[in-house]
Amino acid sequence: MELKKPAMAGTTESSDVMITLRPNPEGGIVIDLKSDVKALFGDAIEKTILEVLKEFQVENALVNVVDKGALDFVIRARMQCAVCRAAEIQFDWGKEDAHGK
Amino acid sequence: MANELMRTSLYAGGTSPVKMIQAGFYNEDCLVYDLEDSVSAGEKDAARFLVYNAVKYQRPAGKYILIRVNGIYSQELDEDLEAAVRAQPDAIRIPKVEYAEEVKRIDEKVTAIEQKAGLPVGGVKFWCNIESYLGVLSAQQIATASPRVVAMALGAEDFTASMSAQRTKPGWEIFYARNAILMACRAAGISAQDAVFSDINDPEGLKKDLEMTRALGFDGKTCVHPRQIDAVNGCFTPSPKEIRNAQRVLEALEEAARNHTGVCVLDGGMVDKPMELRARTTLAKAAAAGIKVGGVK
Repeated sequence: MELKKPAMAGTTESSDVMITLRPNPEGGIVIDLKSDVKALFGDAIEKTILEVLKEFQVENALVNVVDKGALDFVIRARMQCAVCRAAEIQFDWGKEDAHGK
Repeated sequence: MANELMRTSLYAGGTSPVKMIQAGFYNEDCLVYDLEDSVSAGEKDAARFLVYNAVKYQRPAGKYILIRVNGIYSQELDEDLEAAVRAQPDAIRIPKVEYAEEVKRIDEKVTAIEQKAGLPVGGVKFWCNIESYLGVLSAQQIATASPRVVAMALGAEDFTASMSAQRTKPGWEIFYARNAILMACRAAGISAQDAVFSDINDPEGLKKDLEMTRALGFDGKTCVHPRQIDAVNGCFTPSPKEIRNAQRVLEALEEAARNHTGVCVLDGGMVDKPMELRARTTLAKAAAAGIKVGGVK
């Protein structure tokens, strides 16, 4: 799936995460993560981001992440929203039926 | 396992992760994740994703979980239902219901999603918010419109607006609506949920309002702020004196049955069927609130 425009989801409120997605003209996925808990949870945050990108089949993206201690479900939700906004698509909820089974 | 107590419901707006997480730590029985009034038009998509993931992956233990979807005629409703049904809350709270047909149409949509997703059909229940004079007039039909309907709640602010009435603290302007909804709930055998008391800085006003809530016979009440929860829970939990009185009524009935006396008398007064029913309801409420009640059946 191709990202068509820059898009953002989330906030910098405590327990939230602000994610900005941009198309990457040079190809590939580049994640820029800022988080006070990066040393402890940086790998887990990046894993969730990559999982969601994979589910949407997004292969080229610049991902800017400002984490304020978000739990995994929040990161997942903000990523799903940012991808839908950047790709200008409506989410296919049927895809969730297979997720987690 | 869901908590089947429905004394208090607390709304958590679907826009703020921190408020959604905090809401799971208060003493409310029912937690309502909101997609409707607390979410601005531009954030409906974000709230839907957040609430879906919260309920599916971070569900607070021991609480009855609801998702309030957007209005029946809003462009958000279909996608709200797609998300909400798949998140598998205990119930979906439907705002501004006015006709039984509306509930039937949503039931059909929910059933289709459950079938498509391979989920048990009928698992997700409905709470119907009655928020206009049309809804009050149709309350009985709405309560029985679908087996999914397990509760109805009065939305007093919108109701009074629809009536061109003034909302006051004594609440006489909603007295009829409260009773109409209660009777419809009793006839259908579902839970009756009272309107919110909006002034979070008036604990005395809340106490007076709760006296009406309890006297009329409601099963629960929606809270607008966590600080109202303990007072509302207390309102629906029988006191030790009430529990003892209920036990004495049932003990007197048992003794009368054992002795084959036609009439049962307690403290000089006759124990009749309504007294027995009230006593059993009191003990059921106590047991539901986790109070150990023994000795009588």
